[in-house]
Amino acid sequence: MTARAIADAVRVGERSARSVVDEHLAAIEAREPELHAFNLVMGDSARATADAVDAAVARGEDPGPLAGVPVALKDNLCTRGVPTTCSSRILEGWEPPYTATVVQRVLDAGGIPIGKTNLDEFAMGSSTENSAFGATRNPHDPSRVPGGSSGGSAAAVAAGFAPLALGSDTGGSIRQPAALCGVVGVKPTYGRVSRYGLIAFASSLDQIGPFAGTVDDAALLLETIWGHDPLDSTSIGSPPAPLGDVPDVSGLRIGIVEELTDVDGIQPEVRAAVERAAAGLESAGAHVERVKVPSCVYGLSAYYLIAPAEASSNLARYDGVRYGLRVDGADVAEMNAKTRAAGFGAEVKRRIMLGTYALSAGYYDAYYGQAQKVRTVIIRDFARAYESFDVLLSPTAPTTAFELGAKTEDPLAMYLSDVCTIPTNLAGHAAITVPFGTGAFDLPVGVQVLAPALGEPDMFRVARAIEGLAP
Amino acid sequence: MAEYEAVIGLEVHVELATTTKLFCGCPNEFGSEPNTNVCPICLGLPGSLPVLNRRVVEYALRLGEAMHFDVPSESIFHRKNYFYPDMPKDYQVSQYDHPICVEGWMEIDGTRIRIERAHMEEDTGKTQHIGGGGRIHDASHSLVDYNRAGVPLMEIVSHPDIRSAEQARAYVSELRGVLQAIGVSDVKMEEGSMRVDANVSIRPVGTGELGTKVEVKNMNSLRSLGRAIDYEIARQIAAVESGDRIVQETRGWDEAAGVSQGMRSKEGSNDYRYFPEPDLVPVAPSDEMRAEARAAVPELPAAHRTRLVAEWGVADQDARVLVDNPALAAYADQAMAVGAPGKDVANWCTGEILGFLNESGLSPEVLPLAPDGLAELIGLVADGTLSRSLAKDVLDECLREPKRPKQVVAERGLAQVSDEAELAAIVDEVLVANGDAVEEYRVGDEKVRGKKRGFIFGQVMRATDRKANAAMVNQLLDERLS
Repeated sequence: MTARAIADAVRVGERSARSVVDEHLAAIEAREPELHAFNLVMGDSARATADAVDAAVARGEDPGPLAGVPVALKDNLCTRGVPTTCSSRILEGWEPPYTATVVQRVLDAGGIPIGKTNLDEFAMGSSTENSAFGATRNPHDPSRVPGGSSGGSAAAVAAGFAPLALGSDTGGSIRQPAALCGVVGVKPTYGRVSRYGLIAFASSLDQIGPFAGTVDDAALLLETIWGHDPLDSTSIGSPPAPLGDVPDVSGLRIGIVEELTDVDGIQPEVRAAVERAAAGLESAGAHVERVKVPSCVYGLSAYYLIAPAEASSNLARYDGVRYGLRVDGADVAEMNAKTRAAGFGAEVKRRIMLGTYALSAGYYDAYYGQAQKVRTVIIRDFARAYESFDVLLSPTAPTTAFELGAKTEDPLAMYLSDVCTIPTNLAGHAAITVPFGTGAFDLPVGVQVLAPALGEPDMFRVARAIEGLAP
Repeated sequence: MAEYEAVIGLEVHVELATTTKLFCGCPNEFGSEPNTNVCPICLGLPGSLPVLNRRVVEYALRLGEAMHFDVPSESIFHRKNYFYPDMPKDYQVSQYDHPICVEGWMEIDGTRIRIERAHMEEDTGKTQHIGGGGRIHDASHSLVDYNRAGVPLMEIVSHPDIRSAEQARAYVSELRGVLQAIGVSDVKMEEGSMRVDANVSIRPVGTGELGTKVEVKNMNSLRSLGRAIDYEIARQIAAVESGDRIVQETRGWDEAAGVSQGMRSKEGSNDYRYFPEPDLVPVAPSDEMRAEARAAVPELPAAHRTRLVAEWGVADQDARVLVDNPALAAYADQAMAVGAPGKDVANWCTGEILGFLNESGLSPEVLPLAPDGLAELIGLVADGTLSRSLAKDVLDECLREPKRPKQVVAERGLAQVSDEAELAAIVDEVLVANGDAVEEYRVGDEKVRGKKRGFIFGQVMRATDRKANAAMVNQLLDERLS
């Protein structure tokens, strides 16, 4: 049952929110031990919230467009009084005294937070294996990863633990796991969704977005959470254009990005899915052509300078002084060092060191400064492409889900999982992944639709069409 | 021995007197219970984001206007990264290579001091070390109060155009006057709302290049700023004379001991790894904001002094004292506006009234004597009703009780005796009663005559309860003693 159908039924009293929640908690109970999608299942509070929704309906009130719909929250979104860990030892047990804007908007729309989902520590990773609390497994094949970093949210939706989930996407952390788990995932335009209460990884790239079983449900959740927030200075002031509900693509100009489709190591089935989706769109009346966005090939390198640089600064505050883990030392500096040594995992430490180095005196121009220039060139190249095309098409990830442990010893191989998604973050644009059949080992494949800043309406039209064309 | 000149640049940090902090809605208040003016944003809790306080930009624009700065169309914030427990995010949000104000100047006694920049930044919290006499190395533990974290600061950095401790003091004093006049800060050095660091170097007179500079910190008054700079200049000259090299370092001024000491440098030199703050957008003040800022800049101290001297005949020194006390200057302005002569107003204001204000701790706005009351008092002296001496008594009463000068004169029967016949009779009586003094006056030299004349005058005043018209008494004495 889709989120929209659940909400419609709950709003008119056909179904109780409580029964919806109980049903999903039962599904969680059945499979969560095997999958570990959650750091915390919020059973009691979910039931209480559901009862409040039912009471509102009984009083003749409308709880809102997400009435009674369970929503899984990535565990880097602050929830007042509920532990928020970023899957890191350094934040274990910390309970934020405030609620993230997106979570509040879900609550205000009648949605029901059902749990906090697992992630790669501080959202740094592409497999959810970098969690301090154990890896999440892919519901389609538990020997394989769900992707990452929002692997818990993707797995939760794919396993039927929740119809909707929220994640964050810094270089592909929503889209890549969505593709690997066979669900829809959206990275909205930078600034379209408030980051207030999202624990920062790389502030200029981070963006919150929805996971859903269908494109329509993803639209429902996105329309609930987006829009200006005075608490986030980078949030866009102009009201978002409605996403609509038509899959009509006739007359749309769609470009297949060569650099993202011909990447090294791409599985043939993945490339075939993009081509098949493109052919379908063409028959539906779109003009489809291949297009070059040359600087995309530098995206990965630029990203692995900019994101760690910002992370090195964003993660400085975990120093043992005010909250979270503290490991005592002889003086403050030693306490800081011991706390951080014990509290952060290997990948987080690797990126803090990379980023610190990239910003250091004498290296700034060669690394961080140069990466920002590449970013400017990527934005320019995309702008050129969007002069001729309304949206662009590419694979979401080069491969289907890989086995646990396959890439943990080789960070560069892991980083390549995001090669198709990173350019969108660098440009501040929007993108969506839609499941499109299966590839190797019968595992889900995702097709990515990229759109310019604020291009969500066209992007969703094309996504709906692809969903209809999917085998 | 070579002649040296000092080359001094000042970095001044000023806390802005906004209602709320730089990036959140917490109160910007001094002296609250520790850790009560805090929220997720100024505590730097995970997930929180800064939102720039518009008022801070307005204040920066006023400063830009008042001190002849360029304000580029856009400025940006950077992060200054270093670990310190009283800094909640372990980075300070500050401005770096694109500050809001660039290249301004102030004129100090006819010399133009160029000011490189002024930028916005957030203050840190305060750490208190417990045990070990409050010093970090011997303390058993430390407590941090984050009430000050996120309080808005402006850092104002001069070019090394200052040549003496005296000039440095004059610069800071003038800067304080400007900041006060434009209403952006309390500028209290003693409370730390204005903090001054000095970069000092010396060079032989006539050479152009800069010597190695030493930064001196911890001066908490204008006096201590002057002492610290003089000390540093003397220290550097002595070092160079004895063949030593000046080491670039930061020294802390010890006011009680009257010396500065090298501060322990943090391991190696700090690399702050500045980069643009991604959580904030560029600051691009609109034309309206700029126009509002221009309109909000009142008459500045220099212009005010000039006006008092030129238009009101106030003495230079009195003008300076008045303008250094803006509320008193406003009081004087109002008295002049109702017609009292500026010179007299300035005399009373910088004399008896300022004395009373200092002694009572009151501010001019709350004095029972309104400015037009002072004008009334001055009028009573001018028309001969009161002697200057009695006028002081009347003023004293009017400063303590809500009474008009004329009312006090009436109540106490203080009106000056100006009746010539009446005064002549009294003078004659006094001369008779003090025949010895009169005789000594007649035969004495210049010095004795002056003394005796003063004595006789005093006796006349005494005989009239000081109500005698002094000018008339003098005239009568002139006639009778010649």
